Order: sequence, then C-alpha cells, then structure tokens
Amino acid sequence: MTRIHMAGAGGLLLDAANGPFSDTTQRRIWATSRELNTRPDVLQTIPGVNNLLVTFDAVQTDPSAMEELLRTVWTQASAEEVPSREIVVPVVYGGAFGEDLALVARFANLTEEETIDAHMAGRYSVAAIGAMAGFVYLTGLDSRLAIPRRDSPRLRVEEGAVVIGGGHAGMMPCTSPSGWHILGRTDLCLFDAFRPEPGLLRLGDTVRFVRAS
Amino acid sequence: MIEILTGSSLNTIQDFGRPHAMAMGVAQGGGMDRLALSHGNLLLDNPLDAAGIEIVFFPFRVRFHTETSFAVTGAVCPATLDDLKLPRDWAITARPGQTLTLRAPEQGARAYLTFRGGLDVPPVLGARSTDLKGGFGGLEGRALQKGDRLSCLAASTLCLPAAGYGLTRPCPLPHADGTRIRVLPAAEHEVFTPESLKTFHAASWTLTPSANRMGYRLEGQNALKLSRPLSLFSHGILPGTVQVPPAGQPIIQMMDANTCGGYPKIATVIAPDLRLLSQTVVGAPVHFETITRNEAVQIIRQEAADLKRLATEIATLRTQLVF
Repeated sequence: MTRIHMAGAGGLLLDAANGPFSDTTQRRIWATSRELNTRPDVLQTIPGVNNLLVTFDAVQTDPSAMEELLRTVWTQASAEEVPSREIVVPVVYGGAFGEDLALVARFANLTEEETIDAHMAGRYSVAAIGAMAGFVYLTGLDSRLAIPRRDSPRLRVEEGAVVIGGGHAGMMPCTSPSGWHILGRTDLCLFDAFRPEPGLLRLGDTVRFVRAS
Repeated sequence: MIEILTGSSLNTIQDFGRPHAMAMGVAQGGGMDRLALSHGNLLLDNPLDAAGIEIVFFPFRVRFHTETSFAVTGAVCPATLDDLKLPRDWAITARPGQTLTLRAPEQGARAYLTFRGGLDVPPVLGARSTDLKGGFGGLEGRALQKGDRLSCLAASTLCLPAAGYGLTRPCPLPHADGTRIRVLPAAEHEVFTPESLKTFHAASWTLTPSANRMGYRLEGQNALKLSRPLSLFSHGILPGTVQVPPAGQPIIQMMDANTCGGYPKIATVIAPDLRLLSQTVVGAPVHFETITRNEAVQIIRQEAADLKRLATEIATLRTQLVF
C-alpha cells in the first residue's frame, strides 16, 4: 500500500515500502522521479529507498494538485531497467582502515576473510543518493551482513570509509558522523563539487568491491 | 573591499543555498533567516538572494577599505559604524577606513550583514553559500577568519541618506517567553502514542546547546514514544523536519541538514517559523502548534505577498529620496 505524506507545505513523501526492500519498487521510484523532473512546477525529487520526496513552491503550486500529480505519475510508472554502468571500488579491508571488521564477522558468524569475501561477492545497486553529498545507499548486501547501525553514531568517520549499516552498503564521500560499521577504506573520490559531474555514482549504477592491489 | 577583523568558526557567507542540488545529497543550505537576508538585500536594491554574511558569533567587526553601502538586519544587536550608533534593520554607506562593530544580540540570535552588489565569491553548484560540511562555497568552503578580505559584485552606486535608512516593520523575532512554532503533521505522526502527541503539543521544549546550521536539538521532560517499533528505510528529508530518535527528544533539521535520514518524523515546521526558530537562543522555551496544510499555505503566501509589497514600497521610497 503506497502512502503519500506531507513533508511541510512544499513537500510530499511517497512511501512505497512494503516489507523488505524491493528492486521493482525502486525502479518505479526512479521512473516516477524522472517523469516528475520534467514537470515545471516540481522543484526537485529525491529518491530514497523505496520512497520518493518531491518538493515544490507552495506559493505558486497548490499542494493537493501536486499530490494528485504524484499519485498519477506513480500509478503509471513502470519498473523499466535504467542504463547502468559498473563501477569497481578498490578497498583496503580491515586493520586500521576497517576497525569494525571483527565485530561484523562475529555478528555474521563468519571469519574476517569470509566477511570480506561476502562483501566483495555482492553486486550492488545505487538505490538512492543522499544524507551527505555523494553518499550512495547500495542495495544488494549479503543478508548475513545486515548488521543494525551502531546505537550511538561515531562523531567522526573518515572520508573513503567503506561501510555497512541497516542492510545497506555505502562509502563515506566526506568525513562526517556516522552510525554505520567500517570494513575498509577506498581512495576513490566520490564527490567533488568542482567536477562537471560532482558525484561519481548515478542512480542505478552497479558497484563491485575488489581488494585494492 | 571589506576586511574581517574577528574570526570564528560560525560566521559564514550565505545566500539562498542549493535547493536544486539536494538530489546529489548536497544540503539545501542558505541563510537560516532568509527573510532577514532578503530585507537587507531589499534595502540595498540587490537581488533578494545576493550573498551576505550570517553572523552568530559576536562581537563581529569589519573594516571598509572602499566606500560601501551595507545593511544590518535580523537579530537586534547593538551596531556602531565607528562611533555612530545604527538603528536596527538599517542601511547606510560606509567611508573607507570606517569600522562596523556588531555586539551580542539583545533579541534574536543571527544578524545578517549585506552589501550593495552582494559578496563576490565564486558560485559553486549554483550558489555562493558556504557548505561547511562539504567544504565548498562561500570563501574557500570555510567560516570567515580574521584578515579575510572580500569584495562585492559590481553595482551602480546606491544613493542613501547620509544617516542611512531602515525598515519600520522589522522581521519578527522570538518573544522572550518562548517561540511558538507552527507545524504540519509528518509521515509517522500517527504512530506516536496519544500521550506523546499530547506531550508534543502541550509541553514546553527547551532549545539545547546542540543547535547549529544542521539541526536544533530540543529537550523536554517527557520523551516521545512510538506505539509500535518502526524500522524505516532511508528517505529524503527537508529543513524543518522534526525527527524523533529512539531517546524521544526531538531534533529539528535546519538548513545544512543531511538530505536523507531514517528516524521517525512527527512533524514539519513551516518555513516562516523555521526562520523564527533560527533566531531562538539556547535555553529558550519552544512550543509546537499543529495547523492544517491550507493554513500553512496561506501563511506562506501571505509572507511572499508581504515581501513583494515591501519591495515595491522601498523602490517607491527610493525614487522619492532627494539628496
């Protein structure tokens, strides 16, 4: 059952989550986002994980009309495949760069090597971009590694940290507080405001982690 | 050319931010009290969103090295240009060598210093706002430090009365007995227990020292509780979102908030009252009042209409000023 909630006067949150994460739902979220981005009265769309935030100017646009538009576009959206690139992310696992590897291994009842292998075996998909500039929510994490986020976030997790949390994988595009668990570190620059395309990854991209040589 | 004489990690260059970059995960950003920033720009015949300085750390001093028209708006803080006391919400032209001093506010928390033409720093991702988290925008992506020199974009000379001029209807600022914040229910509103919803509206919340451009943490006597456990997928959030983490004390997302989050959301503060919250001082009481979406739209449209009328009034006044 899809729900549309108010997010202030100029925002609407479409929540299509129904139990576990759904790839089909996510592709419909992206399709809805793309379609709404062509509408002049939509300021922006922010796809989340099986949900979509839409913003508009409530001075110009009637919120109930926008809600109707959102519902219509969502109903008609199809779960078509989107063009996807494969991005390979080299990771230095464990040690000083992956301080939670042992903890995650214990949680998953695996050895540290098996934990790394499980992380590298995944074919991840960029489901959503957000929280901080260039942070991607990657779906496709081995369910054995679906460790909940830390009860209290670390105040400082370094840029490049390769992390997992709440069933997702991710990488830190900048140094920031985070409640996710750290498995390793990558040197890839995930976001640079001065690049023509600041974010390294796009929605729908496939990500693969490999051991840095 | 102006020179910053006092440093701090909190005073930043701000305009209207980067609402169009949120899909990249970039914070919306921009002046926390956008109305005060707009008022300053109106007084200087600038575009409403010209970049100025958001000041939250006082005393703040700048020296003018060239003749510069400027305005001070927002929080009521004793302002002096050399020895001349300036009224609140005031614009005036400084001569080369003069120093402006802004002291700690008597009311409100943030002052805005705007300049004729607006500050000339390179736009990044469509705005001049400083994004401290991302480390870009403003001046080198950081807060202003002692010795920084800033110039303004080219603009024709503004003819102001020698003693300056100002607004007769200043921006509303929070009352000393508390800030009333109007909100709309948000996605998980109904999942909070009836007692918690009552507490949310009836309680006096206190603004804690954990209050910055990313978020304002509030504290109340009774924690807010959900009627059933929730595990939410990460979703987009906007400034004004009132999140309730497991501890049950609300956090209000401000202009530099993360663009996605996962905590339950009880309400969203309407934009005109979010700027009022940004002018609330630490330790002050905050009260929530839920309104309907229609009421919220009316309030927002009224504010937009008022700003337009003020712009017309100032433009008319300026044509009638005789020097």
